[in-house]
Amino acid sequence: MLAALNDRQWLWLSAGFYFAGFLLGTWSLVRRGRPSGVLVYALIAVGYGLQLAGLGLRGKAVGGCPLGNTFELFQFTAWSAISLYLVIGVAFRSSVLGYFTASLAASLTLLSLAIPAWDSGRRLRLFGHNPWIELHAALALFSYGVFALLALTSLMLLLRHFSLKSKNLGGLFSFLPSMVDLDQIGLRLLSTGVVLLAASLAVGANYWLRDPASASLGKLLVTVAVWLAASIALILRLRGRLLAKRFAWTGLLLFAAALLSLWPIDSSRQAVTIPSAPVNPPARP
Amino acid sequence: MSGPGFFLLGATHQRAPLAAREKLALDAEASAALQTELASIVGLRELTILSTCNRVEFYGVADTPETLARLEAVYCARQCFSPAEFATFRLSLNGRDAIQHLFEVATGLDSQMLGETEIFGQVKAAYATAQTRQSTGPVLNRVFQKTFQAAKYVRTQTAITVGQVSIANVAVDLAQNIFGDLKATRILLLGAGDIGEKTAKAFQSRGAASLTVASRNLERAMELATTFGASALPFDQREARLAEFDVVVGSTAAPETVISVVAAAAALKKRPARPLFFIDLALPRDIEAGVADLENVFLYNLDDLAKIAESHRVARLAEVERARAMLTEKSAALWQQVSAQGAPQAPTPAAGKPAVSPA
Repeated sequence: MLAALNDRQWLWLSAGFYFAGFLLGTWSLVRRGRPSGVLVYALIAVGYGLQLAGLGLRGKAVGGCPLGNTFELFQFTAWSAISLYLVIGVAFRSSVLGYFTASLAASLTLLSLAIPAWDSGRRLRLFGHNPWIELHAALALFSYGVFALLALTSLMLLLRHFSLKSKNLGGLFSFLPSMVDLDQIGLRLLSTGVVLLAASLAVGANYWLRDPASASLGKLLVTVAVWLAASIALILRLRGRLLAKRFAWTGLLLFAAALLSLWPIDSSRQAVTIPSAPVNPPARP
Repeated sequence: MSGPGFFLLGATHQRAPLAAREKLALDAEASAALQTELASIVGLRELTILSTCNRVEFYGVADTPETLARLEAVYCARQCFSPAEFATFRLSLNGRDAIQHLFEVATGLDSQMLGETEIFGQVKAAYATAQTRQSTGPVLNRVFQKTFQAAKYVRTQTAITVGQVSIANVAVDLAQNIFGDLKATRILLLGAGDIGEKTAKAFQSRGAASLTVASRNLERAMELATTFGASALPFDQREARLAEFDVVVGSTAAPETVISVVAAAAALKKRPARPLFFIDLALPRDIEAGVADLENVFLYNLDDLAKIAESHRVARLAEVERARAMLTEKSAALWQQVSAQGAPQAPTPAAGKPAVSPA
């Protein structure tokens, strides 16, 4: 039965699992007074697998990485953030991070599914069979996923800071990681995001220099602006000028900027656009 | 006595005064000697001795109530304690009630500091010692194994052990909320007050990287530093060297504050990436209140810590009934199993050889 599902149905299922993770986390916090670590992690992992299946179907249909409209950009960003969470979630040993990640993934995926206009047109051969451009786009979007996770740890740092300053340490606050741990993980995430985005820009620049008409100036400026902002934040953090609360706010703003930059990037694309229809799995002979 | 004769005999902080508990306490050596003596009691089949600063309890299996009376007499004689006085606060339970009591003890429900977890380790150690002395048998083995399971279950299913209830441990928990692992955290203790000393001890026991003591009386600071294996700092250098520390515990008797906002701000500039945590346990206060307004600086005074400790105590109290209900269910089930086993297969009193081996 699952094999007959189309791409959007896979993605709905995936969003359902992320949402279930959010609901279970909320229930666990409210009723049991603590987050449910392993179960939320398992729900996220299942959602991730389903999302991979849905995006895979789309990828096959468009002949490349499915990054051809706002819907796909949101889905890919959520998928990138989850990819990273599944790795660091185990090492970080914070069940609250799982709860926050499930909330973010559910928001991004459900929002993208709920707005049909974001998926009304789909671009075919967006990258013109050029794997380098595809790598450039995938790296950029993956770095946005990293910024999404940075936003989550930043939010947790702000909550931890608030709890310590206001001397309110019960409830959800008692499960948050320490200030120093959150700061360290934030620094690592920011460094990773900057490096990935730099690599993406380097790959894109190489192609753009040979064919300047291939990318609009608007898209170029927006992407470089996001990278510059992230790089400046990283330098200031390393030099001890951007710390604690201000660093956390910067993390949140960076993710917001990355999300906002998706629109100018998406609208600047030139490729064959077709009306979107659900992608069914390939028929068996 | 019905069933396999599982019993508890002892004295706890609930009824026995401190002076009596002092006389009744058994260290490892005394406990071993007593066990040797108790081995001569016919009909005492199994025995575990639990002795902490708040209780001395004998858990075992006896054939008759007379066996218990004999045990009590031997114990009192050995401790040079009046049996009549012992009888005034003696705790004596049998069967399911004894199991329920052991469950509550291991869970921390019967502790002076409700929900404390140290007792769990002490019960485990007592059982391990009894095993080494070969004084446990089928009943005690089953009861103690189930006790550990029940205590762990209740601790995870309820909030009975959540949060710290002593000022010193609350302070250490707060530091962990800021710094995470304390392995790299350096502590400065200002003054040599009792509560500051306790807090410093709590930091050390939880793995703080280093401890430095600064007191207006350098001799006293050095004395305390020697006790803790810490280093001493001349008191007048406290502000200049503030940046070297992560946690500052103030417990001096100084009439005015000893750490200013200016000094804290200057220290922060020298170590911008790491927060600073001030714990002000002094009255009048040691740390200027304005320090709390600095970014990345956290200041907690005695009232703040007491309030947190009290909120944890109240939260634990609210869980007592739920925890007790869980344990009651489990003790009933266990007692049913133990009863169903019938009398333990051990040498009969007539054989004249007790199951409790000498230590």
